[in-house]
Amino acid sequence: MPQTFSEKILSRKAGRSVHAGEVITAVPDYYLSHDNSSAIIGEFKKLGLARVKAPEKIVIVLDHIVPAADEKYAQNHKTIREFVRAQGIPNFFDIQHGVCHQVFSEDGFALPGKVIMGSDSHTTTYGAYGAFSAGIGRTEMASIWATDEIWLRVPETLRIEFRGDFPAGVFAKDAILKVIGDNGADRANYEAVEFSGPAASRFSLASRMVLANMAAEMGAKNGYFEPDEMTLEWLKDRAKADFEIVRSDPGAVYEAVLKYDLSGLEPQIACPNTVDNVKPVREVAGRPFHQALIGTCTNGRLEDLEIAARILKGRKIHPHIRLLILPASRVVYVEAIKRGLLETLSEAGGVILNPGCGPCLGAHEGLLAPGEVVVGTSNRNFKGRMGARDSEIYLASPATVAASALEGRIADPRKYL
Amino acid sequence: MSKGRVWKYGDNVNTDVIYAGKYTYQQLDPAEMAAKSLEDLDPSFAKNVQPGDVIVAGKNFGCGSSREQAAACLHYAGVQAVVAKSFSRIYFRNAINLGLAVLQSPDAPDALQSGDEIEIDFTGGRILSAGRVFTFFPLPESVLGIVQAGGLLEWTKKKLSRP
Ligand code: SF4
Repeated sequence: MPQTFSEKILSRKAGRSVHAGEVITAVPDYYLSHDNSSAIIGEFKKLGLARVKAPEKIVIVLDHIVPAADEKYAQNHKTIREFVRAQGIPNFFDIQHGVCHQVFSEDGFALPGKVIMGSDSHTTTYGAYGAFSAGIGRTEMASIWATDEIWLRVPETLRIEFRGDFPAGVFAKDAILKVIGDNGADRANYEAVEFSGPAASRFSLASRMVLANMAAEMGAKNGYFEPDEMTLEWLKDRAKADFEIVRSDPGAVYEAVLKYDLSGLEPQIACPNTVDNVKPVREVAGRPFHQALIGTCTNGRLEDLEIAARILKGRKIHPHIRLLILPASRVVYVEAIKRGLLETLSEAGGVILNPGCGPCLGAHEGLLAPGEVVVGTSNRNFKGRMGARDSEIYLASPATVAASALEGRIADPRKYL
Repeated sequence: MSKGRVWKYGDNVNTDVIYAGKYTYQQLDPAEMAAKSLEDLDPSFAKNVQPGDVIVAGKNFGCGSSREQAAACLHYAGVQAVVAKSFSRIYFRNAINLGLAVLQSPDAPDALQSGDEIEIDFTGGRILSAGRVFTFFPLPESVLGIVQAGGLLEWTKKKLSRP
């Protein structure tokens, strides 16, 4: 019987042919955690074990509150560093590297055909490289550290086919916002989302990461793009291990197939306070706001900073707006310096933050006061996520955010591109 | 095999009606949590549920928030399993990791009614009731072991203590 990508990859792990709905026990290839490693260490200690089972599979990236914003966070980081040394965990990335999902990908852990578990809900991101990757809780991560095993339910698959080309001013972020807006934040609950169709292979890897990352906002367990030449080229000098490409069989059974023509798409924006409250930017254009944020694990890569710099070059942001720039990693940061992008963005009035999660999770570096509004490129706009309880978040593409920062009101970017 | 009575509900039973949001930040002990279960869906449930009873429901059981108490309260109330057409992802994981069996069945939810006596054959993937046989995706031994141990941490401890 033909199988989807997820069914195939989990069949290999289970050592028998499995289909959606079955439950298997798998030995993951890598497991990621971040600042929450200190909580995981706490759970792990409850198990009374001296050592983790497979230290070489653990990848820890400090990114959520870096550098430590107060003593409590400093202690968390210290606990993690000590644990890493004591356990001999080789893949530890301290505060200078950037957001976990970007660092994990750049360092070649996100590989086709691998099973990757992460104690972060946007672990779905590595589907951009053809991996099976899903988020789990802290207790489960502690248990994986102890046993090198996890139980997984084989997901049904929702296939989303894209055709056509993006019109000027429309990007991957607009496509995924449109899909989430049309279908709801729980449409892909427990499912794998397979992004395909003739246009999917034209998406850059950075753009694929935007879609796979935000698959989590449809409730998905994992996302998937079929690896191609572009993927192999990217992995050439960075793959951490041998890998094998796993593809869905022709005739595999999908829960549903959704079709989108990108050529008719216009810029989209998710309005407060749910990610599926999506409207065309033109419908909310003119709405005032206070802070703009370009970056995060969703849209903090070079192509994102490039488009923002293109719009802001030689111009100044509106005097009532603060603009925060948050490159996703040190690698992105350094390359953006070399290309003059950070210079352009700084001259336009942007504040360049250190790579990491910044204000995305509402812990430090640019939080909102009561009643304030942010227009950002991140992936979640739940009430108060970036600061005060009654502050509001709009989510859009880097182009829309840059254009909005210029005008001081939410703006359609197409007139600048 | 273990026996119980059916409590039947519909589609999309959400975590708010299973365990109300107002209790999630109160520290309640297991008996108190059991007494709150399904409060906003079926006030008669918590008073009358017997150890071994089974909840049968339609699609997307446990949708809504990720609160673990919505699984724990049913476990504490003595429910041995929830049989549904489908579960929300987080609920499914939470339930097993907290010791509540969640069984996905294509045919039992439509056929069974409240009050039916049923028997669940956990390893065989069968539900028996008045001569009828229904199926579910059996939980593999390892996952069933998590449920029977009373949850993931207990199970991991047990597993590690084995030579
Ligand atoms: S940037 Fe935001 S969404 Fe991404 S990992 Fe950090 S906190 Fe999570």
